[in-house]
Amino acid sequence: MADAKAQEALPALPLTLLVVGSALTVASHTLWLPVWFSIAAGTLLSWRAVLAMRGSPLPPRWLLVVLTLATAIGVYISYSTILGRDAGVTLLVMLLFLKLLETRAPRDVFVVAFLVYFVALANFFYSQSIPIAGLMLLTVTVATTALVGFSAPRRSLTEDLKTAGRMLAQAGPVMLLLFFLFPRVQGPLWGLPQDAYTGVTGLSETMSPGTISALSLSDAIAFRVKFEGETPPRSQLYWRGPVMTDFDGRTWRVGPPQLLRETGNDTYGAPIGYEVTLEPHNRSWMFALEMPVGIPQNARMTRDYLPISLTPIRSRTRYEMRSSPQFQARNGANPRDLAAALRLPPGVDPRARALAGEWRQSVPDDTVIVQRAIDFFRGNRFEYSLEPPKLGEHSVDEFLFDTRQGFCEHFASSFVFLMRAAGVPARVVTGYQGGDTNPVDGYMVVRQADAHAWAEVWLDSRGWTRVDPTAAAVPVRVELGITAAAPLGAPLLMRDGLDWLKGLRNNWDALTNQWNQWVLGYNPERQLEMLSRLGMKQPSWETMTLMLFWSVGGVLLLVALSLLRGMRREDAVQRAWLRFCGKLARAGLARASTEGPLDYARRVSLGLPASETAVRAITALYVEQRYGPAADRESLSRLKHLVRAFAP
Amino acid sequence: MKLDRVLQYSQAYNFYRWVFRRHGPEPGVVFLTQRRVYILPTRHGLSFGVALILMLIGSINYNLSLGYVLTFLLAGLGVVSILHTFRNLVHLYVSAGRVSPVFAGDIAHFQIAFENTGDFERHSLDLACGTAKARFDVPAHRHCTVELTLKTEKRGWMPLERVTVDTRFPLGLMRAWSYVQPDMRALVYPRPDTAALPVPEADSETGDAVSTGVGTDDFAGLRPYQASDSPRHVAWKASARSEILLTKLFAGRASSEAWFEWDKLPPGMPLEARLSRLTRWVMLAEERGLRYGLKLPGTTLPLGEGFTHRERCLRELALFHG
Repeated sequence: MADAKAQEALPALPLTLLVVGSALTVASHTLWLPVWFSIAAGTLLSWRAVLAMRGSPLPPRWLLVVLTLATAIGVYISYSTILGRDAGVTLLVMLLFLKLLETRAPRDVFVVAFLVYFVALANFFYSQSIPIAGLMLLTVTVATTALVGFSAPRRSLTEDLKTAGRMLAQAGPVMLLLFFLFPRVQGPLWGLPQDAYTGVTGLSETMSPGTISALSLSDAIAFRVKFEGETPPRSQLYWRGPVMTDFDGRTWRVGPPQLLRETGNDTYGAPIGYEVTLEPHNRSWMFALEMPVGIPQNARMTRDYLPISLTPIRSRTRYEMRSSPQFQARNGANPRDLAAALRLPPGVDPRARALAGEWRQSVPDDTVIVQRAIDFFRGNRFEYSLEPPKLGEHSVDEFLFDTRQGFCEHFASSFVFLMRAAGVPARVVTGYQGGDTNPVDGYMVVRQADAHAWAEVWLDSRGWTRVDPTAAAVPVRVELGITAAAPLGAPLLMRDGLDWLKGLRNNWDALTNQWNQWVLGYNPERQLEMLSRLGMKQPSWETMTLMLFWSVGGVLLLVALSLLRGMRREDAVQRAWLRFCGKLARAGLARASTEGPLDYARRVSLGLPASETAVRAITALYVEQRYGPAADRESLSRLKHLVRAFAP
Repeated sequence: MKLDRVLQYSQAYNFYRWVFRRHGPEPGVVFLTQRRVYILPTRHGLSFGVALILMLIGSINYNLSLGYVLTFLLAGLGVVSILHTFRNLVHLYVSAGRVSPVFAGDIAHFQIAFENTGDFERHSLDLACGTAKARFDVPAHRHCTVELTLKTEKRGWMPLERVTVDTRFPLGLMRAWSYVQPDMRALVYPRPDTAALPVPEADSETGDAVSTGVGTDDFAGLRPYQASDSPRHVAWKASARSEILLTKLFAGRASSEAWFEWDKLPPGMPLEARLSRLTRWVMLAEERGLRYGLKLPGTTLPLGEGFTHRERCLRELALFHG
């Protein structure tokens, strides 16, 4: 019996739909899957589609075993592990395709459909953008339509699609309620595989020539900012990131983070308040305008004046910050810090050292030396270039005296070198400079392309003071942004002259921002915030569950009522008839259980000649509506009326 | 509201009533009310639930907002499918249809009628009784008749056992079902003897009373054809000249009459074998166009012929109690 059932061919149409659903769910995975795997997967899928359409027999089981082993080995070679997130998802995709080649019984169909849902979920590891969400909705619709098709094989595709669509539409409100009211827990529940956060772009702990120019090619968003008051002028928009003190002749590195203990020596001007929505970058830095004054509760300030979060930022994070553009940052005046800010690797860049030595001999004042260096950058026709010539062993010398083409990291690095060589404590600060305000929603968007590096020098009178050598050499970079400074190197959409495209992108960005704020950024805090805005003070998970229970129950009741609506009318006919029979039964003329309505009417007419007309009319209406083709509303109301008026 | 009144409306109460109380056949039209339609997840529905829990855990662990969206959408789909599956079965009218008599060992076709008074089509309903299964759809505002084929074993009345109507439409994650026992039974005739014994002749082993004479009919005249007349007695030539079909009448009862008697069968013959033998003879006699009668202990069916007579004889044999 079971064998006979398994042999029964599965219907071709839903099977084809299942293949389409699998293709859709894997489509966006091909962006990161190894190429050989994508090709193999595509081949398997087309093979399966051909088999489904022709109704041909499936490949033998030994072949599938061989294919499984081959793919598993391939995955191991590609990732050198079969654990971890990417390898796991790859194996899941493989499982889906091989199971698809093994769909013999209805049971296999369900396994495939569930795998499609799983792989759809796995998509969100890599992107949770609006287009991906749309693609996944399409995938779920197709897979659900396939399931409907399997349970009612004789129907047409449109009918299956209609059923699936209606069910999804009814599931929508339930989903919304669950999404907003289901008590949220902040993940992770356990350790994540190490490769869970690869592929995020952003600043890093080191800076060498080329680091930031590579970033400037990306128009990925670093963070968004909403200012409380007016937006400060562009030249003040220095978003402070990692501060680098150690230099080995080529690469700058951040030192070990040390928390800021004393703040007494600092003085600040009027602060600006703003909210930052930071994209995950897998580091703990929280970017803030120079200089941060008020930092969020769960953040700490380092001695470099960089707010850091206690854990790496692995999900989009919102925080409020206050900064003061006028500041005197005097902390870090302890001798150890200042000594570290003077250290230089021995033996490199003799020409730069010589120049700095000259300055030091001619003037004793640090402020004047800084000004000399700025003048040097301003007066020597430095060029801003995304593709500067390669530099050799004495990178600072070659940049300062030979090539004179570079990106901000070249400027910052050589400036700090000069300062240290002249005996002025200095360090490199990386971060972002600028940002564009989206006119659609008023959010300022800071992109990876806005990444920047500048310098900080210690002046006894003013503490740590920002000097931007790039601004000195190429003022447009800071006044107008990267697009003006390197027009052809900037990401396409950041260039000037494409206003209509920019308008489109502004709208899209605003939409994405709302999506990020409300869908992707809906975390435990936002849930509490929303519920308290609805008037619930300190909602516990019990009240949330209760609310969820009642609201979902209400929605389901509405759905049930709308589903059962089609049955009411027919019952009304029966109800009217039963009421009529009841009246007659009280008059002593009960209907026998085997008696048809017409026979009954005849008998009643004989017994009650006075009401014969009414009895005949009621019976005729009843028979017409009960047994005839589709009845109309009017005859029903006539029937009801007659029965109501009937008095035997 | 009193407690027992509340209980009466709960499905669990009804379910236990069904399980623990022996229910007889239900005459007339059975309406599948909400209270007699049960619903539980299928095996696939349970796996679906487990899959959703895994997806939820994954979404929490990796902070996937869209993971929540997908998981909750699928959860909503599962919950909504309960309503859809339930609706696909509830408020259906079920009634007993026809079932023709069969010989023991043959297959009886029980016809069960379904009526859908709803505005929507009922899809993929399964009807099952023992090993018999049938799948059917009932379009909106339509009737349909479904046949359950059950193998018969013993002669006599074969009542239809409790049947299950169930459905897994639309997603196969839920199964709604209901039990109905339509009041219907099939009449099962004894199985005709397979021994190729001839119909007893007047002067053969059984002695006197049975007299046949197949080849020596005396033509006695014509009368209008009746539905019960054997086609071999139609006077085709005469009918061709007339406007109606005519049947030939034969005189000479000695040559075309047979009595099948219980008592004339060999004395040691078991009861069922006797009935089988008699059944065989009735079939043969009818086939050959004889007039025949049946004598059983306590019952005698007079001489006769035609379909109705045969049915009466067979019914007598089927329901015979020693």
